[in-house]
Amino acid sequence: MSEHEHRTPVVFSTAHENDPHMQPAANNPDGMERRIALLFVVAFLLIVAFGYCYWVNAKAWTLGATMGGALFLLGVGLVAWGKYLMPKGPFVEERHDFASSDEEREAFAATIVERGGGVVKRRPVLGGLLGAGLGAFSIAALFPLLGSLGPRPKDTLDKTDWKAGDYLVDITGRRYNVNDMAIGSILTVFPEGKNDDPQAQNQDQVVLIRISDSDFTTQKGRENWGPSGYVAYSKLCTHLGCPVGLYEKKLQMLVCPCHQSMFDVRNGAIPNFGPAPRPLPQLPLKLDANGYILARDGFNQPVGPGYWERK
Amino acid sequence: MSDVAINTKREKKAQLGRYGKVGHVLNEMDDRLGVAKGGKTFMDKIFPDHWSFMLGEIALYSFVILMLTGIFLTLYYVPSQAVVLYKGSYLPLHGLHVTEAYASSINLTFAVRGGLLMRQMHHWACDIFVGSIVVHMCRVFFTGAFRKPRELNWSIGLTLLTLAIVNGFLGYSLPDDLVSGTGIRIAYSIILSIPVVGTHVAFWLFGGNFPGTVIISRFYILHVLIIPLVILGLVGGHLGLLVRQKHTQFKGEGRTEKNVVGSPMFPIFMAKTTGFLLLVGGVTALLGAFAQINPIWQFGPYDPEKISYAVQPDWYMGFLDGALRIFPAWSFHSFGYTIPLEVTIPAVVFPGIVFTLGYLWPTLERKYTKDNELHNLLDFPRDRPKRTAAGAGILSMLFMLFIASSTDVIANFMHISLNEVLLIMRVLVIISPFVGYIVTYYICKELQGVDGASQRKTPNIVTRTATGEYVAVAAPKNVNDQHVELEAVPVPNYVTSDEVVEATTSGVRTVER
Repeated sequence: MSEHEHRTPVVFSTAHENDPHMQPAANNPDGMERRIALLFVVAFLLIVAFGYCYWVNAKAWTLGATMGGALFLLGVGLVAWGKYLMPKGPFVEERHDFASSDEEREAFAATIVERGGGVVKRRPVLGGLLGAGLGAFSIAALFPLLGSLGPRPKDTLDKTDWKAGDYLVDITGRRYNVNDMAIGSILTVFPEGKNDDPQAQNQDQVVLIRISDSDFTTQKGRENWGPSGYVAYSKLCTHLGCPVGLYEKKLQMLVCPCHQSMFDVRNGAIPNFGPAPRPLPQLPLKLDANGYILARDGFNQPVGPGYWERK
Repeated sequence: MSDVAINTKREKKAQLGRYGKVGHVLNEMDDRLGVAKGGKTFMDKIFPDHWSFMLGEIALYSFVILMLTGIFLTLYYVPSQAVVLYKGSYLPLHGLHVTEAYASSINLTFAVRGGLLMRQMHHWACDIFVGSIVVHMCRVFFTGAFRKPRELNWSIGLTLLTLAIVNGFLGYSLPDDLVSGTGIRIAYSIILSIPVVGTHVAFWLFGGNFPGTVIISRFYILHVLIIPLVILGLVGGHLGLLVRQKHTQFKGEGRTEKNVVGSPMFPIFMAKTTGFLLLVGGVTALLGAFAQINPIWQFGPYDPEKISYAVQPDWYMGFLDGALRIFPAWSFHSFGYTIPLEVTIPAVVFPGIVFTLGYLWPTLERKYTKDNELHNLLDFPRDRPKRTAAGAGILSMLFMLFIASSTDVIANFMHISLNEVLLIMRVLVIISPFVGYIVTYYICKELQGVDGASQRKTPNIVTRTATGEYVAVAAPKNVNDQHVELEAVPVPNYVTSDEVVEATTSGVRTVER
């Protein structure tokens, strides 16, 4: 027994069965036990039902109803068991201070500062070189890590595939003739040959709207951009790049469904409501000899939302 | 008799001693790991009985459900943006070109038994997870549980909230349906809006310009492995600190800074908390069965030039979406560079300020009140009117921003113009923190002066005297309303009883053969 002599004797507490702390909280424990038993029985039956529903491939909601019901009832029963049938207490435990004694604190601080710091102070050159090496490593490691993740933006965001002479085609690749669209109709178009490319579908998407049957000028300096009443704007909202997919014919507005920016179709797509800061860039159009619609030129400014390098 | 070797079960049992096989196993474990002392302390750990302490448990258990249902989903989901021709069991989509991610999400919903239920449970559990974290943090904030020594655990909790929101967004994006795809597009534009580094960060994350071909697989590994691992580690740290520092508790008779009063871990808390896990699981399953959430088969696959109308994000993203809607179109453009303030401020700077304030709050409060003491007893919110009012002010503002994420729906529903809704929401968002602060402050002050606030009122008995005078006398308290609590005692290890036990040395009955 001598080997145990150094141990502090531990006094374990005891309680008598009749101690009020050991009594259940329920006024009628037997009745509570019966109720909990009933919950458990129903839960068991529901689990059996769940198995059956799964076996016969019943509708999805029956699986959830039986499993959820069973778990719920088991949970209620178990919580009630703990709350009403187990010793009601209350019980207490003491808290002990975290703080160590002054000597221990002193010793700890000395270990870190004196012993550890002393080593570094005595060899400042080594410490500095090690720091420089690890620092250089962490910076150098960033280059391949980040560089491999994706290309540098360069001017990707500034450009679209649209250039002078590109025919406007819909997502199936069909060209459009001047007589194909009624006044007030709208269509999403892409540069010919790019209509299948998801990258282009995002960056190049353009709404083509026919707003009248004669040439239409949306702004000064865009006199020949809207032949036969066809005007085209980038479909990327200048706020956050959602497709500006709603055309309010009565108001002649393009509306972005994401954050409700509104662009005035008749007036250069200037935003007159909502958070979008810039008009939708307009694509200059012309007609070929057979009346097919094509781009007179590319966009004269970047499309879509703002970013740091945007000129 | 004892010297006769009888190899019966009872004999063997007697040899094991009073605690039988369980005791034997515990002894063997203690020989190797020394678990007896710590294990005993852990089993005796006291959990306060107040209801508000279960909010964190909801968060923990919804995370358990997220992991279980999530594992199920990973078995069928394909994280690929490769385009395939859909020819699964959901006929309306037949013949459409969709990504494998979308096709496999539809497939696991309809063709896998129980798949729809698991997907809906996963989504509901996520909404509950984030929600319960927020409510749990409100409890911790308004009762001052974050004060010294628990500042670190407050920071861990706030980090967990951030990660929960981020991972919720990532998971929401994975099915690659029309609605979530638009969400990714918006997230991309928000990253673009960060000055100087924004475009580079966006290109690193997406492997180029939006949409690219890698974002689904990158979101996938973040969503199912990296972020859950970090969450799991931080949850471990959160609970570890909780055990080390012990629970806080409300003031009350017998409750001091030096003790904890409540129920012990084993078996009372264990029974309640396991029951609670089952309850959270049950509620999630019932929601998954009866409340449709995120019907991606109705949204259709993502297409960069398509868009849906009147769509709101998951609730925890609402405040960001609302801020983006109501912020004015102030773009800064100069020296050949653009700062899209209309995006940067509501979606980057504003949440940055809110979360930074959250991290700094314990330090700020310590500095401001010059209170450097350790606190284990909680405040009643009314006793700290300034803190409570500040919290209420911030929450009011966030709530108004959340409402603002539905401007279009409000305008449609109430038949008022979008312009008016926008204007009203701008005003409400700006004044709500001040109104919230002032109203809460004075409610707190009033409550401080009310004796017996938060206790149930007793009825008055009004009697008329012979002279016509009315006299009101407070009725005595109902017996059930009277809170009588025993003095708290340490958890007993042994429970003695008066029943006569046959006196044998081993404590085991012997049987004559």
